[in-house]
Amino acid sequence: MTATVTDHDNAYADLLGSDDAHWAFGHLPEIQQGEDPLAGVDTTVPAGLDPAGLAAYCLFLGDDALVMSHRLSEWCSNAPDLEDDIALANIALDLLGQARLLLSRAAAADPSVVPALPEGSPVPAEDALAFFREARDFRNVRLVEVPHGDFGHLVARLLLFATARLAAFERLTAHADPVLSAIAAKGVKELAYHRDYAARWFVTLAQGTDESRRRLLAGLTEVWPLQAELVATYDVAAETGVVLDEVLAAAGVDRPAVGPMSGHGHTEALSRMLAEMQVVARAHPLGTW
Amino acid sequence: MSEWPLYEVFVRGKRGLNHVHVGSLHAADDAMALHNARDVYTRRNEGVSIWVVRADAIAASSPDEKDPLFAPAGDKVYRHPTFYSIPDDVPHM
Amino acid sequence: MTTTVPEDVLLQQFDAVIARNDRIEPRDWMPEGYRKTLVRQVAQHAHSEIIGMQPEGNWLTRAPSLRRKAILLAKVQDEAGHGLYLYSATETLGVSRGELTEMLIEGRQKYSSIFNYPTLSFADVGTIGWLVDGAAICNQVPLCRTSYGPYGRAMIRICKEESFHQRQGYELLMTMMRGTDEQRAMVQESVDRFWWPALMMFGPPDADSPNTAQSMAWGIKRNTNDDLRQRFVDMTVPQAEALGVTLPDPELRWNEERGAHDFGQPDWDEFMQVVQGNGPCNRQRIAHRRRAHEDGAWVRDAATAFAARGTS
Repeated sequence: MTATVTDHDNAYADLLGSDDAHWAFGHLPEIQQGEDPLAGVDTTVPAGLDPAGLAAYCLFLGDDALVMSHRLSEWCSNAPDLEDDIALANIALDLLGQARLLLSRAAAADPSVVPALPEGSPVPAEDALAFFREARDFRNVRLVEVPHGDFGHLVARLLLFATARLAAFERLTAHADPVLSAIAAKGVKELAYHRDYAARWFVTLAQGTDESRRRLLAGLTEVWPLQAELVATYDVAAETGVVLDEVLAAAGVDRPAVGPMSGHGHTEALSRMLAEMQVVARAHPLGTW
Repeated sequence: MSEWPLYEVFVRGKRGLNHVHVGSLHAADDAMALHNARDVYTRRNEGVSIWVVRADAIAASSPDEKDPLFAPAGDKVYRHPTFYSIPDDVPHM
Repeated sequence: MTTTVPEDVLLQQFDAVIARNDRIEPRDWMPEGYRKTLVRQVAQHAHSEIIGMQPEGNWLTRAPSLRRKAILLAKVQDEAGHGLYLYSATETLGVSRGELTEMLIEGRQKYSSIFNYPTLSFADVGTIGWLVDGAAICNQVPLCRTSYGPYGRAMIRICKEESFHQRQGYELLMTMMRGTDEQRAMVQESVDRFWWPALMMFGPPDADSPNTAQSMAWGIKRNTNDDLRQRFVDMTVPQAEALGVTLPDPELRWNEERGAHDFGQPDWDEFMQVVQGNGPCNRQRIAHRRRAHEDGAWVRDAATAFAARGTS
């Protein structure tokens, strides 16, 4: 910053006071602010682990977080009330943080996953992965990419997603790669909160008004066919089933009578979403942000 | 259309300090108020103790001895004590 | 209101508090005009934070790096928080958030004219941080000492976060200026569009600002519009030089005699048009807010019904 800006700050410093502790300010964690999410971390892949396999797994976990975070960020300024706008932004920020760590981990484990950019491009690996891959190279599940619906749809999708991902992350805290296990340990706390947020709203909407119950069930029925792919990919069918049954019972809701969606790969929604997400970055492959 | 009731939020930033009034928010019930407070006033900072209380459940007296308003406070919405900081030397607050 | 003290005595006590630069608190008696002026100003300020989420939120899904996406999302989230603090301050004056939201979407209360301009490139995210948040800080820092306690306390927190946002915005622009020619052109084009609207943020010239004198006498406002505008220009010129951009005002030059910059006047006719609802984005911003509020009604009702069941 210039000296002028500093002077201006100083001129008002007394007015603003300095008792930050008093206010319990929330600021963006450093990991979100920094240029390199894995700065200072030893990213050597432990002997006995296949770097390409580790990278592919981190890409899948990272892409899920990135795409889900993107869909959640679309709620910004659209939530039912200010308090929920803030809560949803917190969840989106947590997942974005996970995506940055996991994409960086993938790139460090196996640099060949990172798309080639023109010579001299300053774009970091995490951004090359997020903004310069085609839809077919994204490894996320379909549940996170379908366009967002109403708040009932959001709550149903978030409940399914956070429940499966939390179960997977709890297991990953014991992963042989210390970087991935550390990322999982951090994520467990975040995901437990996301699941709690979704479960509370799930029960509230189910037991609230006739309309809220109708909308929640419609949302649940819409995302339910995508649940099978989710729990199979995360390999958490058993753990997830127990938790979901508990929430469904508390809400007085039956499992929807719709079968799993067949096929794999992506829906039509992903490439459209990425076209928007990647448009500025791709227009400036030599740009620095 | 119904509006959620107003809650006052008190936060203890770390052990050894009093809870301090930090602001208010709307929530449908106590559980939601606690969750909202965590999101809004601590941005989910862990290790922070939070109290929430419905604004209409707070009994308050005026800080000014010459307070002319002897009428019961409860019927005057605009006199609820949002943003009223509790001094640090009040015990157990 | 039942009271045993005559109104002229109450007014004397109120005036004495103002005169000794002390704060008025929610339980104090206050003249109706003071209360109304405060509600108008604080609500307008709260609405500005909430409507202000939209122009920047417009680039959330297109931010060109994950780091910038996170910073932008956290910033727009802060604005929701600021709106919430300020709506809380108005509630101490007897007006609820729901009532204020109704007044906003029915066009009965205003918000800062700046948010009726579109954001057309990602550089606008940086420019809004630098110029718009910079202008807001000039307006708001004096309000930390405003005579109404809850408003001042909300402003202290908001100012801290705003100065953080201004630095982030400036840092984005600096980074882009170190990038490609296209990026530098984006920054200049963005500054060209936002400079005059930023100057308008301080309101009309003092001669045309009928409410300023009473607001200053009550200690609700602490500086005139023109004072603050001058302070902003003087602060911004060296920042623009350091950044390497040109401010689009041919009349802008240092005046040795005054020890301040001379500068041109914004197009006040355009300002009046925007204030009257005919700016580029007025209808879009209100329609967005109305849609979010109305779409959320069934959710808010559901939570109310659920809570009522829990306590019955």
